[in-house]
Amino acid sequence: MADLDEVPQVTRAGRTAGRTADGTADGTADGTAGGTAGGTAGETAGEQHPFGEYGVRSRVRDGLRAYRMIAAMWIRSTMAYRASFAMTTFGNFAATSFDFVAILLMFSQVDELGGYGLSEIALLYGTSAVAFGLADLMIGSMDRLGRRVRDGTLDTLLVRPVPVLAQVAADKFALRRLGRITQGLSVLGYALVTLDITWTPLKVLMIPLMVCGGGLIFAAVFVGGAAFQFVAQDASEVQNAFTYGGATLLQYPPALFAKDLVRGVTFVLPLAFVNWVPGLYVLGRPYPLDLPTWLAFAPPLVGVACCALAGVAWRAGLRSYRSTGS
Amino acid sequence: MGTGRLYAAVAAGGFRRYATYRVATAAGVFTNTVFGFILAYTYLALWHEKPDLGGYDQAQALTYVWVGQAMFAVMVLGSVGFEEELIERIRTGDIAVDLYRPVDLQLWWLAADMGRALFQLLGRGVVPMVCGALFFDLALPSGPLPWIACLVAVAFGALVSFAIRYIVALWAFWLLDGAGAMQITWLTGVFFSGMLLPLNVFPGALGDLARVLPWSALLQAPADVLLGEADPLGTYAFQLAWAAVLLAVGRLIQSAATRKVVVQGG
Repeated sequence: MADLDEVPQVTRAGRTAGRTADGTADGTADGTAGGTAGGTAGETAGEQHPFGEYGVRSRVRDGLRAYRMIAAMWIRSTMAYRASFAMTTFGNFAATSFDFVAILLMFSQVDELGGYGLSEIALLYGTSAVAFGLADLMIGSMDRLGRRVRDGTLDTLLVRPVPVLAQVAADKFALRRLGRITQGLSVLGYALVTLDITWTPLKVLMIPLMVCGGGLIFAAVFVGGAAFQFVAQDASEVQNAFTYGGATLLQYPPALFAKDLVRGVTFVLPLAFVNWVPGLYVLGRPYPLDLPTWLAFAPPLVGVACCALAGVAWRAGLRSYRSTGS
Repeated sequence: MGTGRLYAAVAAGGFRRYATYRVATAAGVFTNTVFGFILAYTYLALWHEKPDLGGYDQAQALTYVWVGQAMFAVMVLGSVGFEEELIERIRTGDIAVDLYRPVDLQLWWLAADMGRALFQLLGRGVVPMVCGALFFDLALPSGPLPWIACLVAVAFGALVSFAIRYIVALWAFWLLDGAGAMQITWLTGVFFSGMLLPLNVFPGALGDLARVLPWSALLQAPADVLLGEADPLGTYAFQLAWAAVLLAVGRLIQSAATRKVVVQGG
């Protein structure tokens, strides 16, 4: 079982005997075989594809489709209790507001923090919170992986004909996490209304760039953290330190923190690209580490690179997985 | 077996139960330390802007940060403790079995929770505090007396923390689902315990209100005793008064709830 994550694909295509792999298979026959296996789940994505061409692209598409279906199922089940959904969403909104309430309480006593005004900090806060909220909504359930490894329920996911990453990511998909995104958006809105800066088209473009690129970076941290839990098992709090801790760190300007810490989150774990580097460009302030200005536009690239690395880590983690046997 | 020994054994069980999860404890220490660093830097900026804010100097403010991280798991400020399990037992009806046992329900859970709190103090409190002291200039007392005084305040704080969560759990007899109640308690607890910011930094009336509510017994009180900002005896009186009131309320609700229990057959 060296290649556990291959198993789902083989099953999905309706094949019991091994992977024909790399272009040798005859297309037409396999295409029809795939159709029967996917009968209950509607059209099968790989259907039109000869088995031999079953490459990265179709695997990603399959994963996304499975993710969509599992998430939709969880949304339907959540919506069975609408009042409860409304309350938990509000609770999520209120709970995540606390960081900003703390900042507001600080500003009830001072006018500046590390040389930054409330609107400027609100911009950093809002972009960090929305980017993190998006990643949390999409794959926030990844931190459950350690528990699944411990109690053996991960095995169930391994035998299903669906990519494991998609299953883990969509597991218990919690729409209530929109509360965090809403909260972040309202702080971001406040920042954009009150900021006293000259907006250029590039600076305007930077806002969605930060949110999307930042979301990708945080998503990579979630996946990388989950990969780590294949090894560590009950160390989900370590993951929290990087996800929630990272989001909290980015809510304050880098000027507050020790140089080494700033270096660490710029060059080692590039969280600074979520909002610090591009955000300081928008605010027209120099970054504490003398980075070239054009790096402010790097967040989407950094995000994609991080996701690729996290994907590699995930596969390595999954390969190393040994079931508890329970 | 005498009752004292029984509850001591329950407490030891609570201690051992958490001591089993060493990796999880280490992971928790790591997270508390990371958050301690982030908070410490923001407090440095805040106290740089306004030295003597809330009557603390910079070293005291930094000490407060690390006391907060040390108390985080002890006082169950960021998660849920025994109440989740108790609510589940109430919901499933297992509570009926508990009520037949020749032990007091409240004392049983109290003993188990005190065992847990002691473990969290040793397992998750000491290391972040030491890390903080190594990296920052803290205002730590030199003699043993303030430390002992602080530990007593921690014990009384843990008692108040238990009393609050016990009341919350018992609502499950009526609500059957404790999620909402737990979430509200968690939110109020984080806000009014001083976990967000020291309560003496809260402006005006909000600050005054926060200081008389029971949650200030959890973090603000032990921190102020350690920092020499509060008179230990007055602090103990405040904590014990709240503990007595809340434990009594818990007991009242418990007797009302147990009269309500309908044991379903089958």
